[in-house]
Amino acid sequence: MLTILFDGIAYGMLLFILACGLTITLGLMNFINLAHGAFAMTGGYVTVVMMNRYGLSFYWCIPAAFLVSAALGAILERTLYRRLYTASHLEQVLFSVGLVFMAVAAADYIMGGQQQLIQLPPELSGRTEILGIGIGRYRLFTIVICAILAIVLQLILSRTRFGSRLRAAVDDRRVAMGLGINVSAVFALTFAFGSGLAGLGGAMGAEILGLDPNFPLKFMIYFLIVVAVGGTSTVSGPFLAAILLGIADVAGKYYVPAIGPFVIYGLMIIMLIVRPNGLFARGGAR
Amino acid sequence: MTIALETKALRCRFGAFVVTNDVSLQVEQGARHALIGPNGAGKTTLINLLTGVLKPSAGQVLLGGEQITDFAAHRRVKKGLTRTFQINQLFLDYTPLETVALAIGERDGVGGNLFRPLSSYTRAVDEAAELLARFGLDGVMGNRTATLPYGKQRLLEIALAFASRPKVLLLDEPAAGVPEDERHEVLAIVSDLPADVTVLLIEHDMDLVFSFASRITVLVAGAIFAEGSVAEVSRDPRVKAVYLGENA
Amino acid sequence: MTVVANEQSRAVPPSVADAGQAQSLMRQRSRIRFYEVIVWVAAVVAIFVLPSKMLILTEIAILALFAVSLDLVLGFAGIVSLGHTAFFGVGAYVAGLIARHYYAEPVVGLVIAGLASGLLGYVTSFLILRGSDLTRLMTTLGIALMLAEAANQLGWLTGGADGLSGFTLGPILGMFEFDLWGRNGYIYCLTVLFISTMIARRLAFSPFGLSLKAIKANPVRAAMVGVPARRRIILVYTIAAIMAGFAGALLAQTTSFVSPDVLAFHRSADVLLVLVIGGTGYLYGGIFGAIVFTLLRDWLSVVTPQYWMFWIGLLLIVLVLVGRERLSNWIGFLPERFSRQKGGQP
Repeated sequence: MLTILFDGIAYGMLLFILACGLTITLGLMNFINLAHGAFAMTGGYVTVVMMNRYGLSFYWCIPAAFLVSAALGAILERTLYRRLYTASHLEQVLFSVGLVFMAVAAADYIMGGQQQLIQLPPELSGRTEILGIGIGRYRLFTIVICAILAIVLQLILSRTRFGSRLRAAVDDRRVAMGLGINVSAVFALTFAFGSGLAGLGGAMGAEILGLDPNFPLKFMIYFLIVVAVGGTSTVSGPFLAAILLGIADVAGKYYVPAIGPFVIYGLMIIMLIVRPNGLFARGGAR
Repeated sequence: MTIALETKALRCRFGAFVVTNDVSLQVEQGARHALIGPNGAGKTTLINLLTGVLKPSAGQVLLGGEQITDFAAHRRVKKGLTRTFQINQLFLDYTPLETVALAIGERDGVGGNLFRPLSSYTRAVDEAAELLARFGLDGVMGNRTATLPYGKQRLLEIALAFASRPKVLLLDEPAAGVPEDERHEVLAIVSDLPADVTVLLIEHDMDLVFSFASRITVLVAGAIFAEGSVAEVSRDPRVKAVYLGENA
Repeated sequence: MTVVANEQSRAVPPSVADAGQAQSLMRQRSRIRFYEVIVWVAAVVAIFVLPSKMLILTEIAILALFAVSLDLVLGFAGIVSLGHTAFFGVGAYVAGLIARHYYAEPVVGLVIAGLASGLLGYVTSFLILRGSDLTRLMTTLGIALMLAEAANQLGWLTGGADGLSGFTLGPILGMFEFDLWGRNGYIYCLTVLFISTMIARRLAFSPFGLSLKAIKANPVRAAMVGVPARRRIILVYTIAAIMAGFAGALLAQTTSFVSPDVLAFHRSADVLLVLVIGGTGYLYGGIFGAIVFTLLRDWLSVVTPQYWMFWIGLLLIVLVLVGRERLSNWIGFLPERFSRQKGGQP
């Protein structure tokens, strides 16, 4: 059972890394970006290509996935997304759904529709025993990397100047602009960073979550759950939400496989009924 | 004297910030009651509490002696309490005729009817036209509200509150934002409201307050600072110091 | 200007001309627009003029009904739903199951399917009343996903991933058999579409419809004129669910098959796209959009069979970025859509 817990935590942390870009985008720009999963998918495919076609080491793929997805995010933000910051939520939804469709079809065309498999480096495969519990090495690796990232994120947000500018801009955009904070630069950087993180998550997740062209659609609801339940005003909210979701999903699929997915959707709906603004929301509804 | 609108120890807080502090207000039937105070005193918040837009943390609201503290906003309207907003809140894509007809339909209890077109409710449409004519809006009643000048929109705002045939009418700065050349229309309307409607008015314009009101409540930092007839309050040195300034 | 607001004495009595003008303005609101006549006449004429195209016309009619039902939710009540296909799918499965196990007459199945979807709509309407746009999106999406998963798992009932088949429909009302060319099927679907649209039309011009758009435009103001928003939204959501259920049932009945795809996410996205193309808030957007979308998709699936999703996505993006108003100005021959009286800006 502890193995399940462990697996769930690994899954959850991965979801956190994948979704936290979305939390910031929604909290900062009030932009519902359903195409977030496409950036994750990009990272995953970059990894696959680098490893399977060019034989590069897995460890190089992770930063590469981050950079490629970040670059893609930056380009799309500059050209397309920024025109819709003031659009209605419906238009944002339609736009991002359109992007998802294009991404899914493009992935299918370029990479083919099958599940992609990568060969993990030997030191990350298999299991080790820690305190008598059998733990997958790769999952351990995932947890460690994601935890480091989460801590770094929290530090950036709370200790650096960029972090305080970001928090100010999230809190009240107009006031932030009035204070001389270059909000549009903050947006661009943040969007790129969030997309990069998604790509990184996609790279790492290729092994645990699977990778095929339908990735953005399959996991869209998971990212949304993390964001809606965890709220957008903290790092810890989505973090906890993601962990909970990871554990619930893994446990559900293991113990009650027939109704596994219902556990997630049902919990989500109950959560939203009880707390329509998220478990950790601070106040004003988004 | 019957009390048309009353609050008892009304309190509203956002976290540690107390916006409305133990307000016990009584507005007499048929009164012309003004609510004044410096910016940020919590006047609009009080109106929001009275109309059900905000929920109080403590205290009660009574309309004609009836507890309405737990009533949803639309229910309070049905009980005879309406308001205008400081910044016009109108249906910009509707025409004044549609807007007022909607209010009248809701008032008459036919707002939920699914099957008859609005145009078949001839009585309501006639009444809407009549009301708009009284407010000087009959010339524009078929135009999209968004195309009307602000002053006319303000008149519509008041007409709309009036269409529900309120017993108590809360006016939140009726002349606010209205250009000079359109103000007199608004002020005339406010002065000519029928005597059986109780009016609670928030205003900054002291001329309007003194010419219109018979009673004044002064709100400062969310609590009642002073209260009384116009003469009493305007002579009160504390009020002068805090709000009216040396030149009053 | 003297304004005396007292019933007894008036200094300026409103003229008879005023009252008459008001009445005619109101009647103008609900007048029959020219495009309405054209659409229905064309739809009927097609029976005789395009006998070989009955199947695609049936598809269009079904999609149009689905879109009109979403317009009630989106264009009138202002609710962004990513899971409207839940009702479509439930209607399809219920109609299929009834035909397979109980009763093969289509209209009975249609009504029951509609009621089932309506029930689901009623129950879930409470969920969408709360929270922000985002939570509503998620709740609607979540419900549709749950149902899709249920359909997948309950294979003994729904046929699982293979879909529900093995049922044929008897003659409509006991009299009109489904023929090979699909003509009676089309007439059946067209009739249901017509009746539903007329009902929706009545609704749109009623005080109820007026209050809905008011809630959408300014919910606080609507409350302040006495509109009980919750009740109204629950009712319109339920009605829309019934109509969507009809659409799903029609699909099951005319194709004698229910694919698990009736609950797929892309259907919710497709119907949103239909409304983006056609316009929301005036009901006929669903019909026009359905025509354009179906023809476009058909053409795309011939040109690029595997990757039409790419082009649909591109179309969505272009439409959103360019903005439908600008697009419609180029297609200037439909100015009625933006008539002031209707207040029907999407």
